[in-house]
Amino acid sequence: MKMTGAQMMLDGLVKEGVEVTFGIQGGKVIPLFDTMPQFPQIHHVLTRHEQGAAHAAEGYARATGKVGVCIATSGPGATNLVTGIADAFLDSVPMVAITGQVNRPDIGKDAFQEVDITGITLPITKHNYLVLDTPSMPRIVREAFYLARTGRPGPVLIDVPGDVFMEETEFHYPKEFDLPSYKPTLRGHPAQINKAAKVINDARQPVILAGRGVIVSGAYAELKELAEKAQIPVITTLLGISAIPESHVLSYGWLGMHGMVHANMATDAADTIIAIGMRFDDRATAKVSAFNTRARIVHIDIDPAEIGKNIKVDVPIVGDVKTVLTQLNKVVETSQHIDWISQLDEWRRTHPSLNIRDSESVLPQYVVRQIYEATKGEATIVTGVGQHQMWAAQYYHYDHPNSLITSGGLGTMGFGLPAAIGAQVGRPEAIVWCLDGDGSFQMTIQELATIQQERLPLKIAILNNGFLGMVRQWQELFFGKRYVATPLSGPDFVKVAEAYGIPGTMAKRREDVIPAIEQALSEPGPFLIDFRIEPEENVYPMVKLGGSLVELLEGEDVKKGVVKS
Amino acid sequence: MTGNKHTLVALVEDRPGVLNRMASLCRRRGFNIESIAVGHSETPRLSRMTIVVDGTNAMIEQLRKQLDKLVVTMKVSDITSDNIVVRELALIKVKANSETRSEIIQIVDIFRADIVDVAEESVTVEVTGDEDKIDSLLSLLRGFGIKELSRTGRIAMTRGGTSLLGEDKDKTGGRRQKKAAS
Repeated sequence: MKMTGAQMMLDGLVKEGVEVTFGIQGGKVIPLFDTMPQFPQIHHVLTRHEQGAAHAAEGYARATGKVGVCIATSGPGATNLVTGIADAFLDSVPMVAITGQVNRPDIGKDAFQEVDITGITLPITKHNYLVLDTPSMPRIVREAFYLARTGRPGPVLIDVPGDVFMEETEFHYPKEFDLPSYKPTLRGHPAQINKAAKVINDARQPVILAGRGVIVSGAYAELKELAEKAQIPVITTLLGISAIPESHVLSYGWLGMHGMVHANMATDAADTIIAIGMRFDDRATAKVSAFNTRARIVHIDIDPAEIGKNIKVDVPIVGDVKTVLTQLNKVVETSQHIDWISQLDEWRRTHPSLNIRDSESVLPQYVVRQIYEATKGEATIVTGVGQHQMWAAQYYHYDHPNSLITSGGLGTMGFGLPAAIGAQVGRPEAIVWCLDGDGSFQMTIQELATIQQERLPLKIAILNNGFLGMVRQWQELFFGKRYVATPLSGPDFVKVAEAYGIPGTMAKRREDVIPAIEQALSEPGPFLIDFRIEPEENVYPMVKLGGSLVELLEGEDVKKGVVKS
Repeated sequence: MTGNKHTLVALVEDRPGVLNRMASLCRRRGFNIESIAVGHSETPRLSRMTIVVDGTNAMIEQLRKQLDKLVVTMKVSDITSDNIVVRELALIKVKANSETRSEIIQIVDIFRADIVDVAEESVTVEVTGDEDKIDSLLSLLRGFGIKELSRTGRIAMTRGGTSLLGEDKDKTGGRRQKKAAS
């Protein structure tokens, strides 16, 4: 049978179970889009910027666990994907990015809209391909999806010259394919499992640090079983939030730069740390040389290169988190750590991290808490990056698996809105809230048009403080309150939304907050709320500049005047 | 941080862009490549690279794992502390005239090197050995004036019967066995 390159690509996507793609048209991908009507199984979401397409694919992938697919043309289309690809790379999100390339005879000639996108994305993809030989297309598509979703997931890019899309050649679908050098280890080494069990059984003051690997692997039940069996408090990373229900009796919040004080203290004081599917990122460890040097550390991760990268560990176990925890739970003994757990409770009581003070003005913490109350904790929360992201992570209560979608490793402002689009497409029945800041929101604000065109019932809450707030907070605390290039004189977001055909309202006073949220929820379609929050509100707790996990600024210190700017 | 010179050997797919992937990874993780030598291996479609880099054991182990993670690499091994044969080849074009030529030839003979080209005002020396040997020869020849120098960089192999892929069996359960691709 004969097929064009474009047909082979789309046939491959269908065979990989792809139902939706995100992206933008352009010269070199016209033949691919032109072929799409022959594959009605695939719905294409037209974004307004390729960065939006990449983040939407990420949001979709993070929400569903399936591979997110984005499409862009050559040159600027491809380079606009780069931020989203890097974001997916750092947060281990399965993604296949498809880019058009100039025709084969033109490659290397600086042709119109030519960039070397495989070269550009070399350090930020798990792997990438330039398709020079049309019959290899089906194999490459299969390999790309396999690489993206297995092992430690990540983005894979396929760059396709326009003439490859159009060329008609003999079609052979590979029943099997061979990647001899790529064989992720799934099962933990039995000897290491036994060593880890011994360390855990001997522990007196253990904590579990659960990362995104638990969510990626779907190891919720296994994590809970380990925690309950050995009575170990569970602390998550930012990306590990919702790996265990936050209302679970052994859940002690999340650690790091803006984590809970008691979580940081417990991590610092523990004699045993069981790190599961996390990579000791510097935002989680704070000053890495001061990270708990006494504890015996068990590190479970599917990526061998993460072992010993940032922190020296005592018992490494390379493998899939779910598989390894299943093995481990068989050999870990039942135990109790009553004194240690009551110590954590005491720290939590004496260092309340999440108090909301009384205020006539709109406090961001209050807004997030009210969204939680109104949605009964059932919503999928998607954030941008900045202060609002930390408040969203702190003040919503995450009881449902994988209910927070946020850009952790790359910290990409502008992630929120397009990622929320992807999440809503992936979870059409869910209530999806995009919690964004006014700075972050404006970086991908044009995707409001995508919401309108796709008729997505997305709810958008902008925590609008008229600043690039996180930077302003740093300026206040560490740069003598010199607010250089942080004040934003933003647009009227309600009018902007209206221009895109999306209803909205503004909340200026505390008493506006609940009615606005209720209005948003009663609206069957999308809705935007512009919360005019206290402009110079800070995110606390906060690890001091260059400090260890327990060198913290707590909200109270500031009020008492302990912190001088 | 300073460390020691390490010798990494890698078996990689013989495809365009593979060298770039390896070198780019070393660069972005902050490693300075002292030398890199690439050529065919005993297995068709696999190239063998010898990379010499500076670093502490922990740093090099991290680099090794990062290189091993690339989809194009079959195996990366740090053989620095193994019992190994190390060789490098150099071509050295030395200034020479009728007065100095015989002295140069004597030195070359002592080093069991070869003269591979003679011209009126130069001789070209080919020498094989470990870096120390080549460095010593170079320091002796430097006085005559070196017009041109080309060194291949180190290649290395472990002594004894094992091979890079063979020694891996217990760790990966024979993962190198190829499935029949259809």
